[in-house]
Amino acid sequence: MDRYKLGGWHVKISMFHFMPHRDLPDDFEKRYRSAYVDVPWSELGDSAMIGRYYNWGVDELVFAAEAGLDGICTNEHHQNVYGLMPNPNLIGSILARATNHLDCAIVQLGCSLPLTAPPVRIAEEYAMLDCISGGRLVAGMPIGIAMDANMNYGIPPIEQRDRYYEAHDLIVQAWTRDDIFAFNGNYTQLPYVNVWPKPIQKPYPPIWIPGAGSSSTWKFAADNDYAYQFLSYYGWLNSKAMMDGFWDFVETSGHDANPFRAGFLQLVVVSETDEQAQKDYEQHIRYFYNKLQHLPPHDLFPPGHQDFVSLERGVRNGLTESIAAQHETVKYMSYGDLVEQQFVIAGSPATVRDQLREAATQLRVGNLMVLLHIGSMPHELTLKNIDLFAREVQPYLTDLWEDEWENKWWPERLRSRGEHETTGTVAPAN
Amino acid sequence: MVFLHGPSGLVWDPFLIRLAERNRVFAPEHPGTSPGHEDAIKALDELWDLVLHYYDLFDELGLKAPHVVGYSFGAMVAAELAATSPDRVGSLVLISPIGLWHADEPVAHYQMMSREELSAAIAGASGTSPVATTPAVTSESDEAAQDELIRWTWSMGCTSKFTWPIPERGLHKRLHRVSAPTLIVAGDHDRVVPATYMQQFVKEISGAEQITLEGAGHAPHLDRPAEVLEVIERFHDNAEA
Repeated sequence: MDRYKLGGWHVKISMFHFMPHRDLPDDFEKRYRSAYVDVPWSELGDSAMIGRYYNWGVDELVFAAEAGLDGICTNEHHQNVYGLMPNPNLIGSILARATNHLDCAIVQLGCSLPLTAPPVRIAEEYAMLDCISGGRLVAGMPIGIAMDANMNYGIPPIEQRDRYYEAHDLIVQAWTRDDIFAFNGNYTQLPYVNVWPKPIQKPYPPIWIPGAGSSSTWKFAADNDYAYQFLSYYGWLNSKAMMDGFWDFVETSGHDANPFRAGFLQLVVVSETDEQAQKDYEQHIRYFYNKLQHLPPHDLFPPGHQDFVSLERGVRNGLTESIAAQHETVKYMSYGDLVEQQFVIAGSPATVRDQLREAATQLRVGNLMVLLHIGSMPHELTLKNIDLFAREVQPYLTDLWEDEWENKWWPERLRSRGEHETTGTVAPAN
Repeated sequence: MVFLHGPSGLVWDPFLIRLAERNRVFAPEHPGTSPGHEDAIKALDELWDLVLHYYDLFDELGLKAPHVVGYSFGAMVAAELAATSPDRVGSLVLISPIGLWHADEPVAHYQMMSREELSAAIAGASGTSPVATTPAVTSESDEAAQDELIRWTWSMGCTSKFTWPIPERGLHKRLHRVSAPTLIVAGDHDRVVPATYMQQFVKEISGAEQITLEGAGHAPHLDRPAEVLEVIERFHDNAEA
């Protein structure tokens, strides 16, 4: 087991943003089947309003970068009210340009590989982002959730994983091969692959694989030496068993227990006191769980989406059933319950510091993603949350994992704090 | 006689059992749906591969031009077999066939329904589904109930490879090639495939006969097995004559 003594390795904390619909009606979850797929634009969409959401969202992420967050994260979702970025790279490009004077990673988490044809488009766009940002891209490669891949974009569920692997192979080859090559895949055939540009980072930007617990995703991440990011909205306590399983898997597959090969998403809200946190944030947390997470559990697992091993295991050990149950019960949990069980880490800076430290330590994650904009949170409140987090929480956590392990899954030029050559462009005037 | 099952896999229901009592029935399991052979689905990429797979199977079984009976998804496959190499199908019975699409009266998104929703959707006018809706399967359920849910789910996944997201793959272009004597059996309360679709099958396949069962849903052979069996038997007797 190699250990490196290097300067400046410590936990990386990035702000996650979904850019959701912030103004759904009070009775949304009673009137509509789901927040996804068939949520009607004609009744709930407003283009000007959504334009404001995008601009606020960009401002919030740039504010976070200015305040010292290590990275800023976007994601891809279609035809829904929970995440309004069908193409996260459009937002990523704004963020790249706007943060060129900062040491902040552009974390695209990310393009769902099977949803773009041909996949070289993702290789190209990610490369553009890496070039614009001077080599600050983290290349997330999610498989895509069922609603997006199967229902919104029509991919047969049973093909989705294979399409993902093939797209990944094509993208990595496109980035790393010096020759111009033909690609004769099952789902993509290209006579000349010769992407311009290629990324700045060599051999390619750090690759992160987000997942929700499938062991084939762990295997894929471990086998390829990518970082695995566990995305869950039920807090770290509910995720401990899963992450223990991940680390067991890492060990039995002969990989080192480098915490930077894992990441976790946690909802976090900070206020002056624990009581004030409830006043400030309760309604928005409720909104997130009751409205934005409103969907029939069956939509998450159309037949064929889970491979046979996962399907069988999920039925026999009750995991699939418990996911469905949790989806329902979370809607009825009180704020007190949500906070006590740390679905959301909420409270004064001291409260949040302690709980987040324990979460990162217990789960053994070197990459912490914090969801600092939640649900219906308005712009000013979001800035308050980011500001308090960046000033009163983050600095107290930066000793985590310090100098113990090499962070191989972070843009190289950002791996230690200090002087950097910038691209020379200034941040644009707002 | 070959029986091609519906989207949720091969089930030896009362209809099929009685069909097999009176005939020699080969009921193939769609690739991937045979227990222990879940990966078999990977060998097939598209509908063309599936059609050729069945011709290969006919060859192996020594079937030159068997009677083919298909239900729902199986009826789509049967129609494709009869259209692609018309001489390989001796007669064709299509029970509630899918494979066509009319934008003004679309097929229900049956592939995206939960097991309970689909069970209810195939019910006829009575509202009672001919397939048992078992209570929710949990980790505490008996192994048989778990097995059944796993089987149902994986079968839907394997068949929907060829019909996702919209169960229409160009069959309308090929139906005119069917030369086998053809019978279409449908229920007038089919809430998956609108009853009007049968008209197009009848129109395109020369000499095709149609029987509509009043009050039956998407699975008329499960709603009224004896009646459908009798109709099929008469049809086969005439076809062989």
